[in-house]
Amino acid sequence: MTCAESHLLVHAYADGELDVVRSLEVEQHLKGCPKCAAQLTSLKALHTALVEGDFAYHAPASLRDKIRHMAPVPERKTERRPSDLQWFWKWLALGATTVAILTIILRPAEFSQSASGDELSSEVVACHVRSLMPGHLTDVLSSDKHTVKPWFAGKLDFAPDVKDFTTQSFPLVGGRLDYVNNRSVAALVYQHNKHLINVFIWPTSAATGGASEMKSYHGYYVISFNANGFHYSLVSDMDQTELKELAGLLGDQN
Amino acid sequence: MPHLDAAYNLARWLAGNHHDAEDIVQEACVRALRFGGGFRGGNSRSWLLAIVRNMAYTWLKKNRPQTMVPINDEDLAEVEDPGTPAFDNVDAGFLRAALGELPAEFREAIVLRDIEGLSYKEIAEVANVPVGTVMSRLARARGQLQNYVSRKGET
Repeated sequence: MTCAESHLLVHAYADGELDVVRSLEVEQHLKGCPKCAAQLTSLKALHTALVEGDFAYHAPASLRDKIRHMAPVPERKTERRPSDLQWFWKWLALGATTVAILTIILRPAEFSQSASGDELSSEVVACHVRSLMPGHLTDVLSSDKHTVKPWFAGKLDFAPDVKDFTTQSFPLVGGRLDYVNNRSVAALVYQHNKHLINVFIWPTSAATGGASEMKSYHGYYVISFNANGFHYSLVSDMDQTELKELAGLLGDQN
Repeated sequence: MPHLDAAYNLARWLAGNHHDAEDIVQEACVRALRFGGGFRGGNSRSWLLAIVRNMAYTWLKKNRPQTMVPINDEDLAEVEDPGTPAFDNVDAGFLRAALGELPAEFREAIVLRDIEGLSYKEIAEVANVPVGTVMSRLARARGQLQNYVSRKGET
């Protein structure tokens, strides 16, 4: 990596926005380049100064009140007397929109929850995103299943089935412990082209098979299914058909 | 109401004063109410901030055309070497003023990233530009801030 490339990428690195491969490249460059390393230090200091400067403006109470009382305003516009049915539908539409907007503005957390699927998807996506931050991806870095599988022994109360799919172009990158669904789980990391896939595995008493469930959450795809006594949740930003392919490979084991 | 604070913060930084910022946010909320159907799920914060941003730019073009410095996203090398100041004894007031002087697109990138903590993807949605452009705008914006601070240190 050249200084010119690093000059731009070090920003994304400082912001935790680089993928693992690029992060490693930047780290490598920073080790040998005092100038770029000084740039990173300066950027971190700038961020700290911006945060500690308390530069965020907060909405004044007057504005808050105005927004809160905004909803009924449009009613004055309907001065003509439309037929009762038209009137009914207009109000229904207006009411629905108002409720939707107020929900968005007033209750963002609950709204996004109900709109974007169940808690488990959001939880595994959060784990996935966290794992992509520099230095978090793997606890055991190996494409050898005989290294990864024994590594989990003693760390989990189950032995996940670890397979490498290099020949199917989904090489195993490594494994990691994670915490999902209120329990410790195995996270296997696979790579496909430039995409990373996290596979979260934990035992389940649910029956094998069943339709695999596909969800989209914040631009990530999540596939969940049960097979051979284990629950599998796959998360990635890659194309959903390719993710399904990996799900197929994992489900076909044994 | 965390989104309202974020909306107001963005409008305040873009408009430069609280009175116009309030108008912009109010206008944006009216618009959001009227075109609520335009929300197709996804990130409601980015959606609201995108509306606020559009309102703010419309307002700026109409009322403060002289502050709208056109930026060229292809041009990456305007600050040759901004230096790498330590920012440890930079006066917050000075930094605030320096941020206020950046072109709007740079200012909003810093406000959304460093102050509001949005991801590059979310900023890209708000500003309606590719993620790569977000990264280069942030780099240039920070370069200019580093430059301000470096130059101040020299005098």
